[in-house]
Amino acid sequence: MPNPQLNANGELTHLLAIDGLPRETLLHILDTAASFLGIADREVKKVPLLRGKSVFNLFFENSTRTRTTFEIAAKRLSADVINLDINKSSTAKGETLLDTIDNLCAMHADMFVVRHAASGAPYLIAEHLSRMGHNDIHVVNAGDGRHAHPTQGLLDMYTIRHYKQRFEPLTVAIVGDILHSRVARSDITALIALGAREVRVIGPQTLLPTDLASMGVKVYHDMRVGLRDCDVVIMLRLQNERMDGALLPSAGEYFKHYGLTPEKLALAKPDAIVMHPGPMNRGVEIDSAVADGTQAVILNQVTFGIAVRMAVMSILAGN
Amino acid sequence: MTSPQPLSPISPLPDAEAQCRVLADLIRPGLTPDTALVGIFSGGAWIAERLVQLLGLPEEAGMIDISFYRDDFAEKGLHPQVRPTQIPFDVNDRRLILVDDVLYTGRTTRAALNELFDYGRPASIELAVLADRGCRELPVAPNYCVWNLELPRSTGLILSRDLSQGNDGHLFWELEDHA
Repeated sequence: MPNPQLNANGELTHLLAIDGLPRETLLHILDTAASFLGIADREVKKVPLLRGKSVFNLFFENSTRTRTTFEIAAKRLSADVINLDINKSSTAKGETLLDTIDNLCAMHADMFVVRHAASGAPYLIAEHLSRMGHNDIHVVNAGDGRHAHPTQGLLDMYTIRHYKQRFEPLTVAIVGDILHSRVARSDITALIALGAREVRVIGPQTLLPTDLASMGVKVYHDMRVGLRDCDVVIMLRLQNERMDGALLPSAGEYFKHYGLTPEKLALAKPDAIVMHPGPMNRGVEIDSAVADGTQAVILNQVTFGIAVRMAVMSILAGN
Repeated sequence: MTSPQPLSPISPLPDAEAQCRVLADLIRPGLTPDTALVGIFSGGAWIAERLVQLLGLPEEAGMIDISFYRDDFAEKGLHPQVRPTQIPFDVNDRRLILVDDVLYTGRTTRAALNELFDYGRPASIELAVLADRGCRELPVAPNYCVWNLELPRSTGLILSRDLSQGNDGHLFWELEDHA
């Protein structure tokens, strides 16, 4: 089956997941992002690449950081950005997803940035566009269900490369609720594609998927063992709703075992960096002393995220 | 990508390093304390580096990549190798000299001017090139030019840098057949 993200010439036309993308494509996005980073320091923080293009932010699920950084990225590319708060509009009145898309196509959309609680929704939209002959409209997945969050994965890779230069010698640990995390899935896929030496996941049995070993990932339940000699520690947000079910006893208990404290971080390499996709739960998955400490690069991730999203949108729009 | 093929009509091609020295001599009389150089990637950036040395300028040259300002983005997409633009000085009120290897259609110059103005408002901008090969599509003319020649559109004029074993990275001209 052909990769639905690539056009007939093998160029990236949608970004739906990191899965199946060649290493060269990932590196091309990261290299392009590096060129966009400096634009934020100029007198005019804009380039004219997407002038006259309409980018629709379709967020069927709440998000502040991701939606805002996509909006800033599109605006810095000179696109016109339309934010649709779908929860409050058509969907609430019963319109189907694809009817919404058809209406926006009739408004001459050029790109959709989609977040949806259902895994695969951006794929459905991309396939629909192709079926309708809209081959010049691009889709960016901004997070779908438990499946993928490719721009977060890419900005995490950008951050790691910024601080560590090369992936090959690195041991990277991803800590927390891997099972429900689209960020973890995208990070793991990207790290493997980019050749990281070792990818570890650390978490309680109930929050780890069962297919990890087949992906070449090392599984740890004891954080003190898993963090040893890591170069990069990626903490995941513990979603509060997980507490209600039978998956976890309590936030306090979770912090005791899987919260990142200065004392646990000391087990990683002395120059290890600490990342978090946000929003953080201080005192649940991360101690404030770590979140505000010298090894945390969490706010830099946000800044890099804008440049990475500019790179993705400009590459798609040109293909 | 066509492979470089030497064409007989303009052979031998002039010495690009010697042309850099002539270009520096053309620029020197007009230098002011406010003058700063900005080279367009990649050829113009190499020449700008040479000029900074030849003219004994106190500041490094700026380097500009016009990929985000090209007018053929809709047809060709983003250039596969974009490099960060680096301008290590404040362009406001400076007398800039934009440096490129070849002046051809004028579209690259237009893109570079647009990008420079997103960094601020220079006092003036002049254009210095090693070669003007004709075929202009925009009203652009160089202030300083060493080599005027007429080439058909089917021929590309390329400035290259020799980085092979034991070489010092000297600049040289090549012709490409695009027919």
